[in-house]
Amino acid sequence: MEDTFKIGGRELTSRLFLGTGKFSSNRLIPEAVRASGAQVVTVALRRIDLEYEEENIAAYVPKDCILMPNTSGARNAQEAVRIARLARAAGCGNWVKIEVITDNRYLLPDNYETIKATEILAAEGFVVLPYMSPDLMVAKKLAEAGAAAVMPLGAPIGSNRGLRTKELVRILIDEIPLPIIVDAGLGRPSEAAEAMEMGAAAVLVNTAIATAGDPVAMARAFGLAVKAGRLAYLAGPGETQEYARASSPLTGFLRD
Amino acid sequence: MSFYEVRKEYAGFDFKGFFAGVTVDRVKRALSKSRLTEWDYLALLSPAAEECLEEMARKAHRLTVQHFGRVILLYTPLYLANYCVNRCVYCGFKANNRLERKKLTPAEVEREAGIIAATGLKHILILTGESRRHSPVSYIRECVKILKKYFTSISIEIYPLEESEYAELIAAGVDGLTIYQEVYDEEVYAELHPAGPKRNYRYRLEAPERACRAGMRTVNVGALLGLHDWRTEAFFTGLHASYLQDTFPDVEVSISPPRMRPQLGGFQPRVKVNDKDLVQYMLAFRLYMPRGGITISTRERAELRDHLVRLGATKMSAGSCTAVGGRSGHESTGQFEISDGRSVAEMARMLYDQGYQPVYKDWQMI
Amino acid sequence: MKIILNGREEVLEEGMTVAGLVALKGVNPDAVIVEYNYSLVKKEDWAGITLKENDRLEILRFVGGG
Repeated sequence: MEDTFKIGGRELTSRLFLGTGKFSSNRLIPEAVRASGAQVVTVALRRIDLEYEEENIAAYVPKDCILMPNTSGARNAQEAVRIARLARAAGCGNWVKIEVITDNRYLLPDNYETIKATEILAAEGFVVLPYMSPDLMVAKKLAEAGAAAVMPLGAPIGSNRGLRTKELVRILIDEIPLPIIVDAGLGRPSEAAEAMEMGAAAVLVNTAIATAGDPVAMARAFGLAVKAGRLAYLAGPGETQEYARASSPLTGFLRD
Repeated sequence: MSFYEVRKEYAGFDFKGFFAGVTVDRVKRALSKSRLTEWDYLALLSPAAEECLEEMARKAHRLTVQHFGRVILLYTPLYLANYCVNRCVYCGFKANNRLERKKLTPAEVEREAGIIAATGLKHILILTGESRRHSPVSYIRECVKILKKYFTSISIEIYPLEESEYAELIAAGVDGLTIYQEVYDEEVYAELHPAGPKRNYRYRLEAPERACRAGMRTVNVGALLGLHDWRTEAFFTGLHASYLQDTFPDVEVSISPPRMRPQLGGFQPRVKVNDKDLVQYMLAFRLYMPRGGITISTRERAELRDHLVRLGATKMSAGSCTAVGGRSGHESTGQFEISDGRSVAEMARMLYDQGYQPVYKDWQMI
Repeated sequence: MKIILNGREEVLEEGMTVAGLVALKGVNPDAVIVEYNYSLVKKEDWAGITLKENDRLEILRFVGGG
């Protein structure tokens, strides 16, 4: 019985989502996708630079992948909605990663605007995966708003600092009946494995792979780490004795 | 999705088969987790878990101290009226029992309130039988008005209401609801409630949701132990509490595990629930819902209650009386026999002796 | 006439179409998305849209992103 999970009606086997930013060459992207096993790949929508002809990123993403445009650049719900609609109209499918950032120092998401955008886009039939600061009440509201998954950050975007929000993410995993996908901040395969051991449904990795010395090898390492972490989660961790046994029993009085 | 629908999803679940498959290892795995699923909870309620009772007790005690501190909230019940149109076969107040029916007048409510307030208690639970004719919502509201002068928290344990009626009572000063489903098994429920509005299983089951939507601050649910298999009843009570906590994150949810006591009419419990069973239920619930309240009434004997202080209990009644007007010398039949007759002062002393503090006033709406 | 192209003012000849402008800028028409006055226009419609004073045009493309 293969371990799969569902988002927006699509059954996925790979629990590693791959971001395509910061690669030194777009030609590395299909190789990294293959090496990691990723089935969901994120892209961004940008104004073209009229002075400088760039390549079309979509051409480098293998055809069997789900393309998930993000709404990066959006500073409020309205802008995120506009970007999502454009991406869908451009033939990008109906998945969208909501990313609303008004803070340029830490690039932390604006949860309030994210909820608003999620509500609008879910009602329009998008498969909405909101990137958010881990907060239980916000996650509940996102679920109510129709999100297909919730993507809390592990640490600030691109920081490679690992799972700094562990305790808060754990609460989301325990309490929210949607896939929890740790997005942002994971710097090493071991950190991705840690998120998976906790019961995250998937992780989204970009910087740690794209900026590695050998991005393709790092993509493979992350793919394996995510698999290992998931297996460990499914296996159920063994017991750890938290406390020594006390001597006078609390239940010694029970005789019947 | 209402809890009625949640409950339906477990219809036909093979509890016997599940319990037969639970090993001590399975129980220990549940014990080692910080967040238990309902299946972990069910494993802790299984016969196999009896072997791990002391370990469960250690963890339950630790969790309770961690989340609540060494305190027990004290409250007392005040019976306003015993008129009842239901015929619940197990209840001393049922319509076809011959006993003196009584309803407190405003002056009598005032007198009872004064007697209770003199003991220092600030939390009170008011009860009536089910009779919209004798004890309408307007009557409850009048009583609440009087009681507000004496108490900071008023809970109701009355017949199920409409959402708007709950809102009306909340506006009048009620902040807590206690309502026992009595039996979560729908077939057994139908058997035990042969006549009266209480026959409506679903309306009663969804009452806590209506109260929460109306803005109730605390809700307390429970199954009456002794009417049906206690393990499955405990499971559904816990599931109900967990559902309410998930659906209404800002509400304080607690359960009661009341065991049947002798009462007028002499109905005998169908199932024996011994002390060990009661303790196992409390511990399993504490591990499943570390922040859930556990209310222990004076149905339990003093010696046992003293032990339950350290086994997950968070609220206890004291100086109880289950007869209408009983405190101010009115002689009438109580709903059931109480077995811990200690006064509030005696209960407080017992708590201090164990290194616990009695809490008379937990909070007050400002 | 003046239009706003990708957020910047641009002065164009009268009668310029969207298709003409894309060609003028040397952009590969197969790799971009055009938004004309806040709505997406398909490539086959580009030639039929003549730009006028104060139109807003966005030429967008997918780029790498996380």
